Amino acid sequence: MHLHHTDPVRAEIIPPAAARSGGRPRPLRVGLGGPVGSGKTATVAALCRRLRDTVSIAVVTNDIYTREDAEALLRQAVLAPERITAVETGACPHTAIRDDISANLEAVEDLQERLDPLDLVLIESGGDNLTATFSKGLVDHQIFVIDTAGGDDIPRKGGPGVTAADLLVINKTDLAPHVGADLDAMRRDAEAARGPLPTVLTSVKDDHGVDPIADWISRRLAEHTAVRS
Amino acid sequence: MSPLSLLILGDGRFPSGGHAHSGGAETAIAAGRVHDAATLRDFCQGRLHTTGLVAAALAAGAATGYDPLSLDEAADARTPSPALRRVARRLGRQLMRAVRVTWPGPELDDLAAARPGGAHQPVVLGVAARMAALTPYDAAQAAAYDSVCGPVTAAIRLLGLDPFQATAVTAGLCGDMEHVASQAAGHAARLPAEGVDALPATSAPLLEITAEQHATWPVRLFAS
Ligand SMILES: Nc1nc2c(ncn2[C@@H]2O[C@H](COP(=O)(O)OP(=O)(O)O)[C@@H](O)[C@H]2O)c(=O)[nH]1
Ligand SMILES: [Mg+2]
Repeated sequence: MHLHHTDPVRAEIIPPAAARSGGRPRPLRVGLGGPVGSGKTATVAALCRRLRDTVSIAVVTNDIYTREDAEALLRQAVLAPERITAVETGACPHTAIRDDISANLEAVEDLQERLDPLDLVLIESGGDNLTATFSKGLVDHQIFVIDTAGGDDIPRKGGPGVTAADLLVINKTDLAPHVGADLDAMRRDAEAARGPLPTVLTSVKDDHGVDPIADWISRRLAEHTAVRS
Repeated sequence: MSPLSLLILGDGRFPSGGHAHSGGAETAIAAGRVHDAATLRDFCQGRLHTTGLVAAALAAGAATGYDPLSLDEAADARTPSPALRRVARRLGRQLMRAVRVTWPGPELDDLAAARPGGAHQPVVLGVAARMAALTPYDAAQAAAYDSVCGPVTAAIRLLGLDPFQATAVTAGLCGDMEHVASQAAGHAARLPAEGVDALPATSAPLLEITAEQHATWPVRLFAS
C-alpha cells in the first residue's frame, strides 16, 4: 500500500530533489491524521524534539482555523520558524489532504527548495472525522492518532484511518484510568481491525512516550534512503 | 473539441486548490454584505462582470495561443491588490501542477519553466484549455464559471446556506456567464491586431480592498 518512489506520476508532480540538490533523495513525507484533540500536535512537537538533532525536519500544518497548530509549535520552539508552514483548508481539512492536495504539495515543495538538506516532512491534518485519510500523492506513510479519552470503542468502530493507517497510535494511556478506558480491549480491537499493521499505545506527553513512534519513523527513513540510493 | 473536457476542467472537484479560496466571499460574509441567496447572487454577479470578465478574457486569450507571458503581465496590470496577485499566482501554480498531469503538453511545460512561482490562474487555465483541445470561448466559460462557483461554495460552508438554493444561484447566472464568456472571446479575438490593450480592465475596488484586509486576518477559514 505504500507508494513506490519510482511512480511516474509522482515524479512528475514533485521532481525528486535529487535532480536539484546534488544527488540527495527528496524528503520522506509522513502524514499525521486523527480526530481533534487526540494529540497530533503534541506528537509532532515530541517527534521534532526527539529527532531534530539527527534529522533535518520540516512541518506542514492544516488547521481548521489557520495557524493555531503552527503557532503552538513555534511557541514550544521545537523547530526554527522557517521550518514550519501553515496551509489554509477552506473549512474542509480532509479535502486538503486527500481530494485536492495542491496547497499541501506546494507547501512541501517550497520547504524543499528553502531547506537543503531536508530529510523528513511531517504533515499534520486539521483534526477531522474517522474517515479522513491522506492521499498517496501527498505522503509516503500515514500515522493515525486517536486517544483513550475519545472513547475506547473507536478501534472497534474502525474506519479507514484506524484500519489502514501505516501506524495507529492510541495516545493518552495516562488518562485511561480516569476515563474508564479499557486499554487491553483497545489493543485487541485495533489488532483485529488492522491485521499485521502496527499499533502503539503510549502517552506522548510522558518522558520517552514518543520513542516508539520516533523509532518507527527512523526505520521508514532508513528504508527510504536505501530505496533511493 | 470534447465538451466533456470542459466539464472536467470546470468541475469544482478538479484538484487545483480552489476549494480553499472564497473569492472574497469570506470578508463579504463577515461584513454582513452577503447573508442569504439573494445577496450571494448580487455578489457573484458583480464579481462576474468585473474581475470575472478580465479572467475570462485572459483565459480566452491564452487559449488562442497568444503569448502567455504577455498575458501574465497584462493580468498583473489589471490586479491592483498585491494580495490578489499573490493568490492568482498561487492558484496558477497549483492548477499548473494538476493540468500538467491531466493534459500534458509542451506549452504548459514552457509556461511552468518561465513562471516557476506560478502564472496568473486564468492564463494557466487558458493554456490548459488549449492542451485539452478546447476553444477560447470554452476557456472563457470555464473562467466565468470559476468566478461564480468559488464564492457560492464558500457561502455554503460559511453561512450554512441551503445547497439547493446556492446551486440555483449559480444556475440563475448562466445567462450572465455566457454573455461574459462571449464578450471575453471577442476581446481575445482582437489580441493579434491590438495586443493586450484589447483586453478589458474592469475591476471591483471593494474586492481589492477587502482582499488586502483578509490577508492580515489572524484567524480565517479560507486562504483568500
Ligand atoms: N494527558 C495527556 N494529554 C495529552 C497527551 N497528548 C496530548 N495531550 C493533550 O491533549 C490536548 C490536545 O492535544 P493536541 O496535540 O493539540 O491535539 P491535536 O488536536 O490532535 O493536535 C492538549 O491539551 C495536549 O496537551 C498525552 O499523552 N496525555
Ligand atoms: Mg493539532
